[in-house]
Amino acid sequence: MNVLTILWHEQKIFKQKFWTITSSSMISPLLYLIAFGWGLGSEVIISGTSYMNFVMPGIVAMTTMTVSFGTVANSLNISRTYDKTFEEFMTSPIRIWEYAIGKITAGALRGMYSAVLIIIIALFFKANIIVTGFFVLVAFLNALVFSSLGFVVGMVIDSHLEMSKFTSFIITPMAFLSGTFFPIEKMPFILNELIRILPLTQSTIGMRTGTPLSQNAWISPSILITYFLLFLFLSIRLCKRAE
Amino acid sequence: MIILKNLTKTYGSINAIDQLNLRIHKGEFFGLLGPNGAGKTTLIRMLSTLTPSTLGSISIDGVLMDRDKSRVKSKIGIVSQHTNLESELTAKQNLELHGKLFRMPKDVLTKRIDESLEFTNLSNRKNDIIRHFSGGMKRKLMIARALLHSPEVLLMDEPTIGLDVTARRKLWDLMKRLNKEGMTVILTTHYVEEAEALCSRVGFLNFGKIIALDTPTNLIRASGEFALECFDERVNETKNMFFSDRETALEKAKSLSTSVNIRPTNLEDTFVLLTNRKVGENHECFNHSLA
Repeated sequence: MNVLTILWHEQKIFKQKFWTITSSSMISPLLYLIAFGWGLGSEVIISGTSYMNFVMPGIVAMTTMTVSFGTVANSLNISRTYDKTFEEFMTSPIRIWEYAIGKITAGALRGMYSAVLIIIIALFFKANIIVTGFFVLVAFLNALVFSSLGFVVGMVIDSHLEMSKFTSFIITPMAFLSGTFFPIEKMPFILNELIRILPLTQSTIGMRTGTPLSQNAWISPSILITYFLLFLFLSIRLCKRAE
Repeated sequence: MIILKNLTKTYGSINAIDQLNLRIHKGEFFGLLGPNGAGKTTLIRMLSTLTPSTLGSISIDGVLMDRDKSRVKSKIGIVSQHTNLESELTAKQNLELHGKLFRMPKDVLTKRIDESLEFTNLSNRKNDIIRHFSGGMKRKLMIARALLHSPEVLLMDEPTIGLDVTARRKLWDLMKRLNKEGMTVILTTHYVEEAEALCSRVGFLNFGKIIALDTPTNLIRASGEFALECFDERVNETKNMFFSDRETALEKAKSLSTSVNIRPTNLEDTFVLLTNRKVGENHECFNHSLA
């Protein structure tokens, strides 16, 4: 099974760049926690809880998104357009869907690794974050969605400039508007409804819910699964085209 | 044997490869030469399974590429123009990745890694990160990687580009050894002297077509074994005339008012002669061209 070969390859790179990956995964969430956690956390109460507790699931979702997306999109883009290592996979007898699944899974696992780091950091900030099985499930689905989106983008976009444009126009606005830092109910009605269909919004809602027992709890995972299947389908189509 | 039948690759209205027919025999060291944009890289990418053909077919040992790409892939080893190694991994890890992708059994892979590194004199650097390797070492490792799954054909796309003379010569020896051991090698290069030194047969590619195909000796002989080099001051250009023997060349030299140099013709002369001709430039000194 060549998916395992791709995962082996990613694991070797992860091991090689462990400290770089670990420190870079921590910087942004750490800054958000300092600014919004320490800075506002004790002063502001949102939805009946401290701002620190409110913002934590959002930061976990946001970081999982950026890490999963960036890991796959950037490495694939560089591999295709710059160092040409993609050709090594394309000229081997590997089935191309195996490559896609391997890369996407590796990206999602990298996202989950960053989520674990943030949760550990959050303990130092005395955030009251409850990690349930449902929370982990939503986080993993979120990582899969953005990892597969990263694969699609990495396959389609042919330059670093275009990659950073995509991040600036799609990923960054999503990070700030999807209920990470404030309840989306505060947004005007139409914008609110638009934002609600974004995958990151669903991840944040799902993680804040934290339990599968509450009303409509499974809506978020269902939407995330739909997004994931759509992006996975596109990834495999693009791979076949490249093949 | 590799057989290309009416192979065509079209990009819009441009025929990068134009109805190309070619047979490359088992154990042959075949060189593909051509000016920039002649279609060398397109052809090697098509042979590598990276670029699909618009028309025509490629078969390797009777296996049609379009029918069974996976089998063709296992029959070829590729050394591409770019250094496409995983720079964050060690030499051994790069080879391990390749072996795993080709589904080599673990014990065979371990043995082949040692053999390939030994063959390329990289055994003592196997646990070093590629990032710290010199250009020549990276190229050697790419060859080791291409050989790992014991392919029948080795495709090399300008493998010595960017290397210094010493590293290039070392790589030549490596390629010669490989071919001597029975490997079919297809080489594209910008360095004509490289093809002359290594290849048993050479094809000149221009505008997607093979315009000359023979052994380097025969190609040189066909253009005239002696070259008379003169600098034409009217157009500030060096021009060459070719003659079948030195005496005729000397006779011609006496009739010229400028200083001249008579020397044995090399493959580069033939290459320039043929490719310039095809471009359609008017070189009056090329009257004694191909016989």
